[in-house]
Amino acid sequence: MDFGPSDEPVALKILIAGGFGVGKTTLVGAISEIRPLRTEEVLSDRGIGIDDVDGVEGKTTTTVAMDFGRITIREGLVVYLFGTPGQERFWFMWDELSYGALGAVVLADTRRLTDCFPSIDYFEQRGTPFIVAVNCFDGADRHEADDVRIALDLDADVPVLLCDVRRRVSAKTVLVALVEHSLKVLTASQS
Amino acid sequence: MTQWMDEEAGPVVRPYALIGGRTRSSGDTLDLIAMVTSTGAISSDGFVPGPEQERILAMVTTATSVADVASDLNLPLGVVRVLLGDLQDHKLISIGRASASERILKEVINGLRAL
Ligand SMILES: Nc1nc2c(ncn2[C@@H]2O[C@H](COP(=O)(O)OP(=O)(O)O)[C@@H](O)[C@H]2O)c(=O)[nH]1
Ligand SMILES: [Mg+2]
Repeated sequence: MDFGPSDEPVALKILIAGGFGVGKTTLVGAISEIRPLRTEEVLSDRGIGIDDVDGVEGKTTTTVAMDFGRITIREGLVVYLFGTPGQERFWFMWDELSYGALGAVVLADTRRLTDCFPSIDYFEQRGTPFIVAVNCFDGADRHEADDVRIALDLDADVPVLLCDVRRRVSAKTVLVALVEHSLKVLTASQS
Repeated sequence: MTQWMDEEAGPVVRPYALIGGRTRSSGDTLDLIAMVTSTGAISSDGFVPGPEQERILAMVTTATSVADVASDLNLPLGVVRVLLGDLQDHKLISIGRASASERILKEVINGLRAL
C-alpha cells in the first residue's frame, strides 16, 4: 500500500478497566502482543508520611508494571490497549490514560459486580465512551446482559455484552463492540 | 499490601543518573500514544544527546509512540518523558498526534474483525 506524506500515522488508545482479578491482563494478552511498560509512582508525592529530607536526589519511587498491548491494523494505524490500574492510589494515572482515549472496556465479574462501579463512574463523568463486558468465569451464575445493566444502573445506550476474555474471538468481539460504540458517539456528536 | 503490584513490579530507585536528577521537564505532559519522529536536525546550541537519547533518535526515524519508545528502551515512562522533552526542546524530534476520523474508526473495526 502507498502512503503519501500527508498520511500521518494514527494511534488509538483503548482502556481496559475493572476490578482486580476481573481479567484485564488476560484480555490484553488474548488479543494483542503484551509489551513491557513501566511507570513511576513517586512515593513522596503521595503524602504517606515520607519526609523528603534528602531533596530530589534521594526521592524514592517505585516502578509499577502496566498492562500494555499493541495491535497493528496496518502500517500507520495502530491500536494500543492499556489496562487501568485497579487501586485508588493510582488514580493519578487514570487521567493521563484516559486523555484522548477512543473508549474504554469495563470488565465486570458478576460475583463482584460492585468492583466496577468506580470505573463506570469515572468514564461517565469524563464522557469517555465505554462498554461493559461481563467476563463469564466458570462456576459463576449466568446473568443476562440486561440484569447486569439494571444492577449497574447503566444508561440505555451503553452496550453490555458477555464474554470470555481468555478466548481471542471473544476478546475481538469486545473490542469491535467498543469501537462501534465510539464511532456511534463520534457520529452523534458531529451531527 | 499492594494488589496491583503482583506483576513483575518491584520497588526500585528511579534512574536519576539518566536525567540529571530532574523531576520536571517539558516532556511531562506527553500523551502515551503521541507519535515521536526525529527531525533530522543537528543540534546547534551545544546540546549533546546522551546515549539513551541517541538510541531514541535512532528509533524514531519512523514515527514511534511514546509508550513504544519506553517499552523498547525498557525504561520507566517518567524517565523517557524527560529524555524526550530535552530532545523536543532542542528540536531534534517532533511530536504529533493525529486524531481519529470516522473513516479511520471504520477501518479499525474491519481490521479487528479480520484479526
Ligand atoms: N475461569 C476463568 N478464569 C479467568 C477468566 N478471565 C481471567 N481468568 C483468570 O483470572 C485470573 C485473573 O485474571 P487477570 O487477567 O490477571 O485479572 P486482572 O487483575 O484484571 O488483570 C487469572 O488467573 C486468569 O487466568 C475467565 O473468563 N474464566
Ligand atoms: Mg492484571
